[in-house]
Amino acid sequence: MRYARDVAIVAFAQTAHRRSSQDVSETEMLLPVLREVLDRAGLAPGEPGFTCSGSSDYLAGRPFSFTMTLDGVGAWPPVAESHVEMDGAWALHEAWVELLTGAADTALVYAYGKSSAGDLGAVLTRQLDPYYTAPLWPGPVDLAALQAQALIDAGETDEQALADIAARSRTAARANPHARLRGPVPMGDHVAGPLRTGDCPPVSDGAAALVLAAGDTARRMCERPAWIRGMDHRTDPQGLGLRDLTDAPSARLAAEHAGAFDAPVDTAEIHAPFTAQEVILRKALRLGDDVSVNPSGGALAADPVMATGLIRFGEAAVRVHRGESDRALAHATSGPCLQQNLVGVLEGESR
Amino acid sequence: MSEILTAPLVVEFPFTRSLGPVQSAFLTGLRERVVLGVRTTDGRVLVPPVEYDPRTADEIRELVEVGATGTVTTWAWNPAPRPRQPLATPFAWVLVTLDGADTALLHALDAPGPDAVRTGMRVRVRWAAERTGAITDIACFEPHESGGAGPATPHTGVFADPVTGITTPARLDYTYAPGRAQSRHLAALARHTTIGERCPACRRVYVPPRGACPTCGVATGEQVEVGPRGTVTTYCVVNIKARNAAIDVPYVYAHIALDGADLALHGRIAGIPCDQVRMGLRVEPVWTEGARHPDHYRPTGEPDAAYDTYKELL
Ligand SMILES: [Zn+2]
Repeated sequence: MRYARDVAIVAFAQTAHRRSSQDVSETEMLLPVLREVLDRAGLAPGEPGFTCSGSSDYLAGRPFSFTMTLDGVGAWPPVAESHVEMDGAWALHEAWVELLTGAADTALVYAYGKSSAGDLGAVLTRQLDPYYTAPLWPGPVDLAALQAQALIDAGETDEQALADIAARSRTAARANPHARLRGPVPMGDHVAGPLRTGDCPPVSDGAAALVLAAGDTARRMCERPAWIRGMDHRTDPQGLGLRDLTDAPSARLAAEHAGAFDAPVDTAEIHAPFTAQEVILRKALRLGDDVSVNPSGGALAADPVMATGLIRFGEAAVRVHRGESDRALAHATSGPCLQQNLVGVLEGESR
Repeated sequence: MSEILTAPLVVEFPFTRSLGPVQSAFLTGLRERVVLGVRTTDGRVLVPPVEYDPRTADEIRELVEVGATGTVTTWAWNPAPRPRQPLATPFAWVLVTLDGADTALLHALDAPGPDAVRTGMRVRVRWAAERTGAITDIACFEPHESGGAGPATPHTGVFADPVTGITTPARLDYTYAPGRAQSRHLAALARHTTIGERCPACRRVYVPPRGACPTCGVATGEQVEVGPRGTVTTYCVVNIKARNAAIDVPYVYAHIALDGADLALHGRIAGIPCDQVRMGLRVEPVWTEGARHPDHYRPTGEPDAAYDTYKELL
């Protein structure tokens, strides 16, 4: 698919993700990241043509909590701004569309989550179907464990293979100064069998931001922009019992519409908070052994909820910027058991 | 650097939700110990039933009764149940395809341990003693060896006194942490002083400080003591008592620009009849013992401030 304009990720920044950031407000956590990403792009606060953020009031426990962090972007006098109550990857999609329309040439996208404010296991039950599922209060690990067991029953993985995914991810994170878990950790006991502590993401507070720019503006801001060749998001049915939990059809469909299957990718940053979900996503996104999957360590190394998906795009983009990747896939998920999926394809121009 | 404050924050919300005709029949059925599903246009039976076919988006209304026995399609052992989950003792989360259904229902399985659970095992519904028309009318599933109960049978979905809505109470517990700037501000208030923070770029002083200048998008770090006196920039007379408010009406609620601040804060004005409060009135805070905020502001007796001195702060 050809788009009206070429749009690229030109800069990315993230916090050093931590278990708890109670010493700072969300705005205070976000400010250094915003400053860093704008500096990299050569933009002043308030200068981006569009601003879009992703966060959740349920994490903060306060309504309209995102309005506070607007202080950090220089939002007065008023800027063109939007917010998604989702992972920042969906804010990125909105900003990308905004730039494609020609309404702006640059966009600031940011996301943050302070999981430490509440009990993440309880908070995430509130995103479930309110009639049949949420009244039972199943947590995210419980539901991911149902998915992992289905995958084991189908003969597609086993506990050892899952432990290998955990170890590989966290070993890769040794090279990632922002990760919470930098190196393998013991697999530990079952949190919800068959998933052990090591199969689960570390609860993290953190923030991330990136800058999008169109055409020549992007070339001015970045030596090797990560051009967005396509992006799409899809969803599977809400009822868990309506789905084949060993597959992620919406991820496959999003990848297809993003053009991910048109040519091979060399790198993939995929948003798989639980080890078993990497197995499913590798299959759905057709990632072979020749693809470098989650060189950052992925969500298993740091999981600042609401920013984790956006970070996949940032991590993929910086590899393109550095010339380590020519064509990368970035993926974000939302909801239980990979219910919603967003896929983008990033490319660097040939050197 | 002063201590970082935290405080418990409890958010409770009793959502009241109306039900569509299919959901109403299903949940009323549970109250009557009958499990209903809905048949899609391509003949599959969905349990729990939905109002629209997720594949075709067809409106689906053909109700059928399925068995209270079924087969586990996947499971997860929950060694440490959390508050409000179906069972207080360790249990298995299960997806169960009930006999006659083509899709699975999420619930809990009461089993002695993970060794007693496997995919493919047969189970049956254990009904709650008290049923109201909710998914929790199924207390849980329990192991039960039995053959299949046969195909789904047509059902009108009609019951006496149908359930048309549900109330789903929810409670989430947080620890609120206001961060550096607000912690410093609150700590100063405890000493009966008010501090703002100055923007290093535009030099404006924000009270209460939130850690960033919304105009410049930069961190504010320099603390500045402001007040205690200030000027009423605008106000209103409140004549309707808010629920649970301890203050008698009428009273005056005002924006007050403390001396040295570039942002007005909110406060109550007392010690002067409501109809004599005016823009430009000079006021000072009145503290009560042990309070973290001024109780109210009262006139200082100074001449009113000139409009030009506060017009930018309106
Ligand atoms: Zn300023």
